[in-house]
Amino acid sequence: MEKLVRITDTAVPLDIENVDTDQIIPARFLKATDKNGFGDNLFRDWRFQKDGSLNSAFVLNDPAYQGNILVAGNNFGCGSSREHAAWALVGYGFRVVISSFFADIFKGNALNNGLLPVQVSPEFLAALLQRITATPDTKITIDLEAQTLSVADHSAVTTFNIDPYKKTCLLHGYDDIDFLLSKKNAIEAFEQQRTYV
Amino acid sequence: MKTLFDKVWDAHVVERIENGPEILYIDQHLIHEVTSPQAFNELAERDIPLFRPKQVIATADHNTPTLNQHLPVQDVLSRKQLQQLSENCQKHDIALYELGHEHNGIVHVMAPELGITQPGMTLVCGDSHTSTHGAFGAIAFGIGTSQVAQVFASQCLLLQKPKSMRITVNGSLKPGVLPKDVILYIISEIGTDAGTGYFCEYAGSVFEKMSMEGRMTVCNMSIEMGARGGIIAPDATTFAYVKGRKFAPTGDDFDNKVSYWKTLASDPEAIFDKEYTFDAEDIAPMITYGTNPGMGIKLSETIPMKKDASFQKSLAYMNLEAGSRLIDHPINYVFIGSCTNSRIEDFRVAAAYVAGKQKAPNVTAWLVPGSKQVEAQIEEEGLRQVFEDAGFQLRQPGCSACLAMNDDKIPQGEYCVSTSNRNFEGRQGQGARTLLASPLVAAATAIEGKIVDITKQYN
Ligand code: SF4
Repeated sequence: MEKLVRITDTAVPLDIENVDTDQIIPARFLKATDKNGFGDNLFRDWRFQKDGSLNSAFVLNDPAYQGNILVAGNNFGCGSSREHAAWALVGYGFRVVISSFFADIFKGNALNNGLLPVQVSPEFLAALLQRITATPDTKITIDLEAQTLSVADHSAVTTFNIDPYKKTCLLHGYDDIDFLLSKKNAIEAFEQQRTYV
Repeated sequence: MKTLFDKVWDAHVVERIENGPEILYIDQHLIHEVTSPQAFNELAERDIPLFRPKQVIATADHNTPTLNQHLPVQDVLSRKQLQQLSENCQKHDIALYELGHEHNGIVHVMAPELGITQPGMTLVCGDSHTSTHGAFGAIAFGIGTSQVAQVFASQCLLLQKPKSMRITVNGSLKPGVLPKDVILYIISEIGTDAGTGYFCEYAGSVFEKMSMEGRMTVCNMSIEMGARGGIIAPDATTFAYVKGRKFAPTGDDFDNKVSYWKTLASDPEAIFDKEYTFDAEDIAPMITYGTNPGMGIKLSETIPMKKDASFQKSLAYMNLEAGSRLIDHPINYVFIGSCTNSRIEDFRVAAAYVAGKQKAPNVTAWLVPGSKQVEAQIEEEGLRQVFEDAGFQLRQPGCSACLAMNDDKIPQGEYCVSTSNRNFEGRQGQGARTLLASPLVAAATAIEGKIVDITKQYN
């Protein structure tokens, strides 16, 4: 997993609530057996018209909006548990998603793939969406160490929460498997004295 | 004082990490073809053995055809994905119920009916509707593919314990109101994010009186209100269902387990972080009109009027108008299937309604059993004949039009009354418009060719 310590970039405003994982990556693209290539089909049915041509009205296709930070409406990532949604976002180039609420499984999947979900208040989100929509070159800085999000030279700053364990993983670029393997003895001991079976 | 969830969870904690998650031991891991290949790759790349192959069971369901299952799978990518599952299972010594196997079926239908799912266990699968298995008083939830790899490597997951919530429904359900209506009603009342961060226990006389299959339908859709899972206290109904199934404990072992399972119910004084209470009499047959499962109304109600952009976008996609009624709305597709409603009781309800009637000429009606076993029961009970006489098409088991990964897609712009669990944009095919309902409402829609108020027939 790639390390994530501090990121400064412009952002893409996706002002839609309840973006579900079927929109992030439609089911018909789930046939692949590796993790590559999902970025090409991120938001497939919003990015492209039925005939395969680009939908210029969709924000990801608007050249004004660039950057590896996605700012999305409330309740992002609801729906299925498909981790392909996180792979698609990472594959497309996003490292951070900002919203006022994330679905549980999506949040976990994102963190397991080096994609940082940053949850802010609904008011902060509304102001942020407005600001970056109006001024696309607004720079946003995410400092994971300090757990802060600051907009354009600290004109707006907020803090965010992250599980301390997950934070350590992201800062160092290691994952849950490494950790669990280090606990093998405890797990085997637990199996020996399971009380519930 | 502990809740049912606390008791099962606490019995599975290997270790608590300070300021961090808990290491939770997983008893049973179910896998399918779509969310497992990348996890197997992870093991291979890191050269990690599969820790407990005996605790993994595999089925092929998401990406499988529902016609001609005896022939090689036509779609190249699907075939490759299925092949890879077979190879991976062989390599790691995992039991696989592949296409055509007598135990094959949708993962959340086949595992309970084989007695794999048991009270008091922890059970996971790379699929969000794993919440279904909570009907047995198990902690069951969906996981991502990274977590599938974690369970492969260690039979454990790193998790924060979710908060607890309880939904109590007391009273008697009116005729024509099915478990599906109960859960659609609850979600329409509390919304699609009311359960986020929570594990939800269902309690009260409605669930106590409900069959295991009905309880599975309810727990199945817990994820649709954002909860990680649902759970129902195991009782005599549960024990009777589990007893005698293929993987169920037998003899003294069964009796000992039942004694333990009986201790699992929430203590009377247990405190929940959040509680909702509903009255069974307030529930009526439901249908959804929008693009999330919370956008549901009683059949007789009108679509609400709301101003917000998401609501408007949703109605525009559905081509429906705020303030209008759904009654008499023409429907060309009906799908009875998915892990929510593809068990034998669902087909019995539909068959009882359909018997002696004819589907409307404009309707294509697909019936997709949840498993080979359900398919066999349909056959044995003579339901196939009932459905075929009525002009319905009985297909072979699988997820089918629930997620439309295979060829079972609803065409662009068409409406489908579906017994599945998600009505998201494009879920049943690009541009398809899904209305979620019970198998009874779905069967009635197929007969009439339009949405009808079935409650009229019960008064
Ligand atoms: S039937 Fe639908 S919801 Fe159930 S496991 Fe299959 S795709 Fe998922």
